Amino acid sequence: MSRKTLIPIGPYHPLQEEPELFKLYCDGEIVRDIKWETGYNHRGIEKLSESKSYDQVFFLVERICGICSTSHPFAFANAVEEIVGVEITDRTKYIRSVIGELERIHSHLLWVGLAGHFLGYNTVFMWAWKYREPILDLFEMITGNRNSYAMFKVGGVRRDIEKSKIPAIRREMGVIRKKLDLLTGAVMDDPVIHARTKGVGILTRQDIIDYAAVGPTARASGVDIDVRRDDPYAAYPLVNWKVITAGAGDVFAKAEVRLLEMYESASIIEQCLDALEKLEEGNIALKINEIPAGIGTGRAEAPRGEVFHFVVSDGSNSPARHKIRAPSYTNIATFKKSCIGQTIADATISLAAVDPCYCCTERMAAAYDSSSGEKILNANELIEISMKRTKELRKSEAGHE
Amino acid sequence: MGFKDYCFRKSLWVFHFGGASCNNCDIEILDCLTPRHDLERFGILLVGSIRHADVLLVNGSINRRDRDRLLELYRQAPKPILVVAIGACGCTGGIFAEGNTFAGPVDKIIPVDAYIPGCPPKPEAIIAGIVKLAGKK
Repeated sequence: MSRKTLIPIGPYHPLQEEPELFKLYCDGEIVRDIKWETGYNHRGIEKLSESKSYDQVFFLVERICGICSTSHPFAFANAVEEIVGVEITDRTKYIRSVIGELERIHSHLLWVGLAGHFLGYNTVFMWAWKYREPILDLFEMITGNRNSYAMFKVGGVRRDIEKSKIPAIRREMGVIRKKLDLLTGAVMDDPVIHARTKGVGILTRQDIIDYAAVGPTARASGVDIDVRRDDPYAAYPLVNWKVITAGAGDVFAKAEVRLLEMYESASIIEQCLDALEKLEEGNIALKINEIPAGIGTGRAEAPRGEVFHFVVSDGSNSPARHKIRAPSYTNIATFKKSCIGQTIADATISLAAVDPCYCCTERMAAAYDSSSGEKILNANELIEISMKRTKELRKSEAGHE
Repeated sequence: MGFKDYCFRKSLWVFHFGGASCNNCDIEILDCLTPRHDLERFGILLVGSIRHADVLLVNGSINRRDRDRLLELYRQAPKPILVVAIGACGCTGGIFAEGNTFAGPVDKIIPVDAYIPGCPPKPEAIIAGIVKLAGKK
């Protein structure tokens, strides 16, 4: 009888949308099965939402996830505005899109850094996070906080982007492009990164459709979906941009999609700023006195995929029912396809590629289960295995030259 | 200055426990380690096991599933250990205090030495808090 090794991942990760416990069942080096448990991060948000007024719910949904803290208010605003039946002003649309795209840049940079860390490229981690800081500074300038921006309300936004602030944002977009060139060059030209990520954690087009995966995970497998284009909201139909897709479905394709998306985001922001300069300042929120009874659905494209909010209003001050579906919820299920049959070192990056990031370095304890004899590895050991593999590849690459 | 105070004077090793949080505090804690803030210049290091730690950072509201795990971590920690509650949720439960799974703020479960409020606290605030703690104890 072969001895199966159980490798738990989690439950406490600092950068996942929800802390989950993944259990990898391994036979030697090969992952044979994966199971997961959720519930460690359950805060009862849908129920809490029913006890808060519409204005307060924005602050609540913002705190569903700190990384996509604009996407959830975005989708909730879309849902409530559908119930009210209002069309927000153009200026508001542009401001919302600027915030949404700035968030996409900071979230993707965060992912690139962590993916680099898991591969054993700590330099990429430090670089990417360093380049992320000026984006957070922009957020602080526009909204007053680095994360959790509190920008949205029903019918508009809370703060204007004044003309005086536009040059600083524009300058930063120029700078970030150069940094992205550097980062993209470093990732795309490195033979070791190619060897570690190409053909690893492949999700086919059919897998994506079967598991209903969304966002960059789906787009990297050639499934051309993007809520910003398919169900237009805010200023996305008013500016020129394209949906980035790749065909391979492996980890490299997912990195490629995210890196190229950041260029698109920078371009969207610049076009929005052009429009904001032409429009008159002020007039950023409609006055909405009453939210009638009705049903509204709101969708928004978060950095990780589609966010879906469903709101039932009974005409009172707070939602009667509020249903939320976040993108990672469906993306996590694709681990069944992407990780099984991989080596442990490759499973690490396959899990991270979906972007409920795998960074449990400070989360786990090594232990032996005395009853079943299952050996349990800890996070540091996992990352060591992954780093060792990169080192070996680097050596063999050097040998070829 | 006793031996205990001497130990806590510098090079604090930190273990991070993220409860039911929105990840903002987790990101800001990681952000402290990156080039802009560079916490390691104070000798502060994030460690993988509570048994190596001098400081236990707790952020997020604690739900019923996290509660027992937090207690177990505190039991395993080498004493004396400094406990720091980070963020509005860590200090009071914040916006999630009325949630149906909320199991009390951190200081109702384990003794807390310092509170760093904010939603999320800026990395500067986290660094200032921990450095103050290192000087005080």
